[in-house]
Parts: sequence; C-alpha cells; structure tokens
Amino acid sequence: MTLSRRETLTIGLGAFAATFVLPKFAFAATEDAIAEFTGGAATGQGDLTLTAPEIAENGNTVPIEIDAPGAEAVLILAAGNPNPDVATFHFGPLAGSHVASTRIRLAGTQDVVAVAKMSDGSFVEARQEVKVTIGGCGG
Amino acid sequence: MSRSFWLGGCAASALIICGPAMLTAQEDPAERSLVINGEIEIVTEADAPAHLENLSTIRSGWTFRSPETQTMQMDDFDNPATLGVEAARAKFSSDLGNGESCASCHEAPEELAGVRAVYPKFDESAGEVQTIEMQINECITDRAGAEAWDYDKTDMINMSALMSFVSRGEAVNVAIDGPAAETWERGKEIYYTRYGLLELSCANCHEDNYDNMIRADHLSQGQVNGFPTYRLKNAKLNSVHGRFKGCVRDTMAETFSPGSPEFVALELYVASRGNGLSVEGPAVRN
Amino acid sequence: MAENVTPRVRVPSSASAGETVTIKTLISHQMESGQRKDDAGNTIPRSIINRFVAAFNGETVIDVTMEPAISTNPYFEFQAKIPESGTMSFTWYDDDGSVYEESKEITVG
Repeated sequence: MTLSRRETLTIGLGAFAATFVLPKFAFAATEDAIAEFTGGAATGQGDLTLTAPEIAENGNTVPIEIDAPGAEAVLILAAGNPNPDVATFHFGPLAGSHVASTRIRLAGTQDVVAVAKMSDGSFVEARQEVKVTIGGCGG
Repeated sequence: MSRSFWLGGCAASALIICGPAMLTAQEDPAERSLVINGEIEIVTEADAPAHLENLSTIRSGWTFRSPETQTMQMDDFDNPATLGVEAARAKFSSDLGNGESCASCHEAPEELAGVRAVYPKFDESAGEVQTIEMQINECITDRAGAEAWDYDKTDMINMSALMSFVSRGEAVNVAIDGPAAETWERGKEIYYTRYGLLELSCANCHEDNYDNMIRADHLSQGQVNGFPTYRLKNAKLNSVHGRFKGCVRDTMAETFSPGSPEFVALELYVASRGNGLSVEGPAVRN
Repeated sequence: MAENVTPRVRVPSSASAGETVTIKTLISHQMESGQRKDDAGNTIPRSIINRFVAAFNGETVIDVTMEPAISTNPYFEFQAKIPESGTMSFTWYDDDGSVYEESKEITVG
C-alpha cells in the first residue's frame, strides 16, 4: 500500500495534532527562516498580497498566488509543515509583474506566510490561514 | 505504517455523515458551469436517465468540488492529467513491440472521438461487455499481436485518458438493453449490495447521501464520466476500477480486482447512471 | 535520474514591443519530499527539482528556489516583459544533477 504524504503525516501526528495543535518546533523554525531571509530586520505591513484558498480540499495540492509590486524577492513558508520552507521567488529585470502562482503541500490546517524583500531594503509580511480538510474515506 | 491503522481511521470516518456543506451563494461551486479551454462545453447536470428510480437529477463530480479544484480542470494547461494524455499520444504512434502501433489502424487519436461515450459496451465477437481498457488490450493483442498491458497501470490509464480526452463534451450514452442487459443487472446488484465490515453499498454514500459531508469531504454521486481522474490526493491519474477498489476497500472488505467481471459489470451500471452527462475525463478531483 | 520528466510551457508566439505576457509552466516530477516512508518503513530519500529559472534573451524573468513543499508536477504562472523578439528559456534543476531545458521563440512585430 502506498501512503500519500498527507496520509502519512495525518497518521503520524494524529488528525488532532495536525488540525489544531501545531508543533512548537514549527513556529520556531518559521521564525528562524524569516529571520534568515530578513537578516533579523523587522517585517511590516505593505504592498504584498497572498492569495490562498480558505479551505483546501486536499493538502497535497494547494494553489497559492503572491502579488508584490516593488519586491525583489518573496519567501513563502508553511508554518505548520515539518519543514516550513516552501519556495523563494526572485524577480528579474524582465519580470512583467511581481505576480506568481504555484501549488504547494500543506500537512494540515496552518498559516501560509509570505515575506517580501522590497527594493528599498524593507521587508513586508502577509499571512493567511488555510484549513486543510482531513477528507472522508476518499478511496 | 500499517494498513489496518488507515482502515481504522476510515471506519470512524464512514460513520460520520453530516449535513449539507455550508457554502455562500456567491461561490457555490454547484452553480458554476464547466467550459474547458473556453470552448468545450460540458454538461455537468442533467435529468436522470429513465432507469434511475431514486434520483431525478444527475450531477458530475465536478459540481461537488471546491472552486480551486474546479478551476484546475477548466484549462488543459492547468490540468496535470494532460501529462498522461500527452504520454499516451506519444505511445499511440510508437511501436507496440512488433512493428505495429495504434496508428497502424487509427490515423490519429481524434479519429476515435466519441468512442469513450458508449463504453462499456457489448462486443459481439468477444461475446461479453467490454470496458475501453479491454478494447484497448484487444487491439494490442489480437490486432497488433503484442503483449497485453496491465489493466490498472500507467500505460493503460494514460491511453484510457486519451480516449476520454478526444471524446470530451460528447454525451455519455451506454447501452443497457439487449445483450448488455444481463451484465447491467449484475452491476446494479453489486451497486446495491452492502460490502465489508461497515456494510456499505455504493448507494449508501452516493445515492442516499450525496451532497452531504462524510467527515470533511463533500460526497458526490459517484459518477464516472470524469475518469480517468487526476486526484490531488495522490497526484496522478486514477482509473475507474482503481477508484472502485478504493471505495470497496474502505468498507473494510476484500475487494474485487481491476478488470474483474464484477467491476466491469459495476462500471457499466455506474456509467449508465451518468447517461446524459458529458464525457469529462481526464477530470481533476480531490 | 527521475523518470519521465517532461517540461511543458505555454508562451505566446508573438507580442508587441514592451508587452507583458503571461507564462505557464508544468513539469512532470514526483517531487519526493523525503518525509514519506515505503511499505517496509524506510524513509524514501528526497528527490526534487530545487530550482526553476525563466529568462528572456539571457535576462532573468523569474528565479525560484524550490523546497519539498512544492507539489508533485511543479506548476508556475508568472508574467514577463518582452522588449524585442527573442527566446524565452526555461531551466529546471534536479537534486540528482539533471537539468531540464525548454525554450520558445517570441516574435515582436
């Protein structure tokens, strides 16, 4: 029997833990990853939009989009994953806009975090909670 | 990870069927309409065929999915199932092992448009109801003289997806009378038979409780017009029989095998419940 | 090397000078996370595409560092500014050292 990553995580952590209680290490790892990206600088609110579904039907493939006009790079983190790193987008001189979409894996209900490095050297942060459904029998 | 652990989790889940999904009118996925690539119009809701006694309206599984999952199917580039379709397209004209290929008889896959819509169907020469997979294997073995493909493995699922792909938008119209009647009756019997330790029939979930929630999952009518289906759950194309197997397994039963006479009969019956919907595969589901 | 890795890209074949065009890419890849276990309980080693770069005539459009949390069959949608006729190139870098490339011509007329 082949277990999907999500099933394995769900069984391993227990549906309860995956849904409601994010392991402490995940928070620390997320903060560490942000600090590494910002060099310890504080993050503020600003011109950064993170779009993700409020409810994802399956955590294996969750569509997200970032829109960060004026950003040089955007770090994406999944705060509740065993390893919060997801991706870092660097926009080059021929980027037509600073909008990008991809599909990501989420181990359970959690915050998706985006941190943008703006061209003036400041950092902007956006978060959105995505509820990941545990599924039915699902075959 | 033990198998029983997962089934155990399912046992609990099967008992929890709750009320209808809470959705706001503005984004009610059931109210959207499906047009693929801005040109292929798909019928996702239709009057139930006359033989269906317990439903008045039939709905594609697409209408039960979230807006994000629905959107992924509206453009072939966004639908990862297209990877399987393209692999099958390459296979279509490649040597099956003896110098013959699908293209030796059928110039292009598009020549087979509409074929998917009438399968499973009774095959005179074989004297039995055949699924499209059985027909593909008949071509491979009898006509091309090559070795049969595994019923539920990648090559076959991809080719089946290509057959659906070129028939998208055609109305499902499988024959249930004449020589197919006996197999259809057998399939109907299986549909209403309770299997496994949980004693669940197909009908318990997909006829009695569609549109309700089974734990956090929105139960569909179990239509097969969208198969083979790319599932977000396992990120690959899944065959009809593979899906049947998963369902039966989750009732904690010993399942029939993909390609078995039981699943062929069940596929004919379930496909006939969707007569009037469009061929929609390869679809995207959760 | 990962099996059956096929890149797909959608790029318009023409644009007007300075136009912003939308680009989509999808590559077939398992993106084995390193978090899963096989039937025998052994961890399946990580094997992913870890970087994706799109460039036009050698100038970067987007450069993405990817982690195991990117889904199977990685998908990206983004926009590029097209100053003149040229080649849009796409490169995916695999953990195992493989590099997958694709390119499309865009004509400015």
